[in-house]
Amino acid sequence: MSRYFTREHEWIEVTGNGATVGITDYAQHQLGDIVFAEVPAVGRTLAKGDEAAVVESVKAASDVYSPVSGTVTEGNEALSDDPSLVNSAAEGDGWFFRIDLTNPSELDGLMDEDAYKSFVAAL
Amino acid sequence: MSVNASGWRPERPANGGSGAGDATATFSGNRALMLDEALIFEIGTAETTGVDLDASMLDDGRGNRLGGLARTAPIGLPGLSEPETVRHYTRLSRQNYAIDLGLFPLGSCTMKHNPRLNERMARLPGFADIHPLQPVDTVQGALAVINELAFWLIDLTGMHGVAMSPKAGAHGELCGILCIKAALEKRGEGDRKVVLVPESAHGTNPATAAFAGFKVEGIPANANGRVDLEALKARLGPDVAAVMITNPNTCGLFEPDMKAISDAVHAAGGYVYCDGANFNAIVGRVRPGDLGIDAMHINLHKTFSTPHGGGGPGSGPVVLSEALSPFGPLPYTARTADGHIHLIEEERAEEFSNEHFGGKLDSFGRMTAFHGQMGMFTRALTYILSHGADGLRQVAEDAVLNANYVLRQLEGVLEAPFAHSGPCMHEALFSDEGFADGFSTLDVAKGLIDEGYHPMTMYFPLVVHGAMLVEPTETESKAALDAFIGSLRAVAERARAGDAALKAAPVHAPRRRLDETLAARKPILAWKDPAPVAEAAE
Repeated sequence: MSRYFTREHEWIEVTGNGATVGITDYAQHQLGDIVFAEVPAVGRTLAKGDEAAVVESVKAASDVYSPVSGTVTEGNEALSDDPSLVNSAAEGDGWFFRIDLTNPSELDGLMDEDAYKSFVAAL
Repeated sequence: MSVNASGWRPERPANGGSGAGDATATFSGNRALMLDEALIFEIGTAETTGVDLDASMLDDGRGNRLGGLARTAPIGLPGLSEPETVRHYTRLSRQNYAIDLGLFPLGSCTMKHNPRLNERMARLPGFADIHPLQPVDTVQGALAVINELAFWLIDLTGMHGVAMSPKAGAHGELCGILCIKAALEKRGEGDRKVVLVPESAHGTNPATAAFAGFKVEGIPANANGRVDLEALKARLGPDVAAVMITNPNTCGLFEPDMKAISDAVHAAGGYVYCDGANFNAIVGRVRPGDLGIDAMHINLHKTFSTPHGGGGPGSGPVVLSEALSPFGPLPYTARTADGHIHLIEEERAEEFSNEHFGGKLDSFGRMTAFHGQMGMFTRALTYILSHGADGLRQVAEDAVLNANYVLRQLEGVLEAPFAHSGPCMHEALFSDEGFADGFSTLDVAKGLIDEGYHPMTMYFPLVVHGAMLVEPTETESKAALDAFIGSLRAVAERARAGDAALKAAPVHAPRRRLDETLAARKPILAWKDPAPVAEAAE
């Protein structure tokens, strides 16, 4: 089990062939209070970099991009009732969707936690 | 005491925010001329009516004439007398802020003075009291206004044609993109599906492209806040339909590479859409047609001084290049050699095109039921004619001068991320850098409300952290600008110093700081009768 990060501030945690995707704690902090989250439908096919979900805060609406290609297996339904989960637990219960990877080698281009920390520190 | 049982009620400001028992609190909740006002449902009662209905109107002795449709249950509308109704809305209107009250620094919105001469012209019965379905022969004067304005817009932009009917900026964007789509399909290149939108573009641009069925891709800004020309060139190809660019952009900066951008897009077979929301900065100085632009909407409610923001409606004519003009929407006006002005609609479009345009016109269809916003056309043409070409040029010069005055006068207090790259155009952009921990752009905006100003645009554009976008327009005198700058400077200094009292702002407004998060997460969109709630509580 390992966790990767993107330059667009998504995290992806891989378990076997599946993975869970969300936005980072840094991202939720920058967005401010999250008021709405739209997650992708189960069965949707995503290419790496596709707009997969939408997150809206009191400041702005942003797209969440899929860090990898694959098929969506689950969306986090809890976010529709309680979008504040993204604020309180961005890298835990506030996950956005689960996906089955079609091309695990895409993970090679992503950052690990240390690399992401330095990336954020430089922003 | 009135009760809003629909849910949460904002904290009342009656005592100026210092808590219960304040010596300045009043019994009524009013503060002199600042009148506290309940919801209309709270002051109205079902027993009151402002209308004296003659019973015989409902029942003339032969039974009522509603058949079986008479209501049997109350409909829950509030009943008020005429003076109660008038006072309710007049009181609410006093809590509003408007360009007629003071400087309105909302960036990218060009909130300029609406000259009263415009209003006088728009109210002339020959313009105000006509109907879109009147015979064309009886409205030649109104059509002449549309035609004359169309020529001015073409002239000021150096373009080839104009579609007058779009009703506002975003509607105009859609019109322009649909023209591009029609032109591509005519060329047999309808498979071009990508629209490139730079980060510095208006937020509506990607929405427009997506709505028209295109796939949107971003183009990054460079360190100077301009479009990264090399990144744009690298992305151009046979799948790109168009580039949507805002110039001057939302960082308040002119895109000096505009001609090079247009040339590159054209060479790659695409079209260039320009968002004209910021045209006020360049009107009379720069002709978009000379920059290779194919389509641009013009917000008459910004640059041409028609009412904006609640006072609308807007109006967004779209100027078109020679390549796109044939695809513009119906209807359009055309003056023939005999001096008669025609309103060309579907049934005559082909015939007229054959007679006068060599059969080249191939409209994509229609954006609106009729010809557009007549009242705004009259106001905009009045503005143009009362300023003249030289006056419009001075509008742009003064708007840019005012924005640069704001930018430089706030140096040292507010961080201006692009000030190093030279003067700004019509709006000054600041970031939240240098604020004390826990203080944000939102606090400055709320502080400005206490100072008696509508806040600036905030958190946009996204490329700047905690963005504050200030557009003073040419309307303001130096004295008015100095007063505003003094206020913004004072509030910004409080944010830098970490003045805890600023977190409570606004304290002088009719309502204190509202819980915007709760309002967005759990919006209460309709008033609910309190009675069921009271029963539930028992």
